[in-house]
Amino acid sequence: MTETTSVFDSDREAGFGDYVALLKPRVMALVVFTAVAGLVVAPGSMNPIIAFAAILFIALGGGASGALNMWWDADIDRLMRRTQKRPIPSGKLTEGDALALGVALSFFAVVMLFLATNLVAAGLLAFTIFFYVVIYTMWLKRTTPQNIVIGGAAGAFPPMIGWAAATGGISVEAVLMFALTFAWTPPHFWALALFVKDDYANAHVPMLTVTHGRDATRKHILVYTLALAVVALALGLTSVGGPIYMAVAVVMNGWFILGAIRILRRDDAASHADKHLAERKFFKLSLYYLFLHFGALMLEAGLAPYGLGGW
Amino acid sequence: MATRIRAEHELHRRRLSRNVGLGVTLVLFVVLVYGLTIAKLGTDPTDALGITPPPAATDGEGGQ
Repeated sequence: MTETTSVFDSDREAGFGDYVALLKPRVMALVVFTAVAGLVVAPGSMNPIIAFAAILFIALGGGASGALNMWWDADIDRLMRRTQKRPIPSGKLTEGDALALGVALSFFAVVMLFLATNLVAAGLLAFTIFFYVVIYTMWLKRTTPQNIVIGGAAGAFPPMIGWAAATGGISVEAVLMFALTFAWTPPHFWALALFVKDDYANAHVPMLTVTHGRDATRKHILVYTLALAVVALALGLTSVGGPIYMAVAVVMNGWFILGAIRILRRDDAASHADKHLAERKFFKLSLYYLFLHFGALMLEAGLAPYGLGGW
Repeated sequence: MATRIRAEHELHRRRLSRNVGLGVTLVLFVVLVYGLTIAKLGTDPTDALGITPPPAATDGEGGQ
């Protein structure tokens, strides 16, 4: 009997991929991309091995906070279709596994980033993990409809950490790169919330679309899109900007604002009629938006040695 | 009635993936720490053996 039970239990044993899934690899990809941008556009040069290590440890720190998020949110992940296949709700791993991996990786990533680069970068990474896990996941995610805005702040730190890893400090450029990702997150996720039927209400997570309604969400998208345009253009006027970045910023922000206005002018009936076409287009554009802005910044930095990039 | 013993259960495949994954991760970490050590010691990557004499020594000889 004992033998039979143990065989059935071991059927749920996790593979290596399940532990990787705990780290939210798709979120890590965004973390890596923006951290690389922050590091590349920073003044001065950096040993490529140290730069690689810095990016790796920033990504691991992001992954650790993802694991801790899954540990704390395991109860609501079981209730939502989108998250039911995650390693804990599917029974592959326990909450304890996620907690152990998250805590161990957090300390590991912060200490290794300090040893590889400097105290400022490591301190920022530690604060980011604390902010995402304690302030966002444990405290505000389930209590305020502005949860996306707060969670976005945690996701906005990587370019600043990349900059700090390269320079040992923080500057107006680093703060504006943070602000760019921070202001980009709400319109990106709220557009998604307008066309993806999620079951946050079942899990008692106060999403803006549920607490304030879909029309209010459309207004919020436009407000944040306008704020985002100001930040994006301001970043172009700093030392990391240049004509290429500015051209990208003007075109993309104009396009983004037009998209937000189009969303505001629709009501739910019109949105349902064309299967949320404007919202879907806006969401897709938001992906290109962030990629092109940080890509243009890196292009400016790459061309600078040849006298082509920058102002 | 004899029970057929399967040579490899799904469980073994998952355990193997976990062990190999952890092993590869540890090896890569060792390589990374080695690379970081070299980089932090300030060795020029193009002069991995460190055979270039320090500029100060050359200047000293030239001065004599």
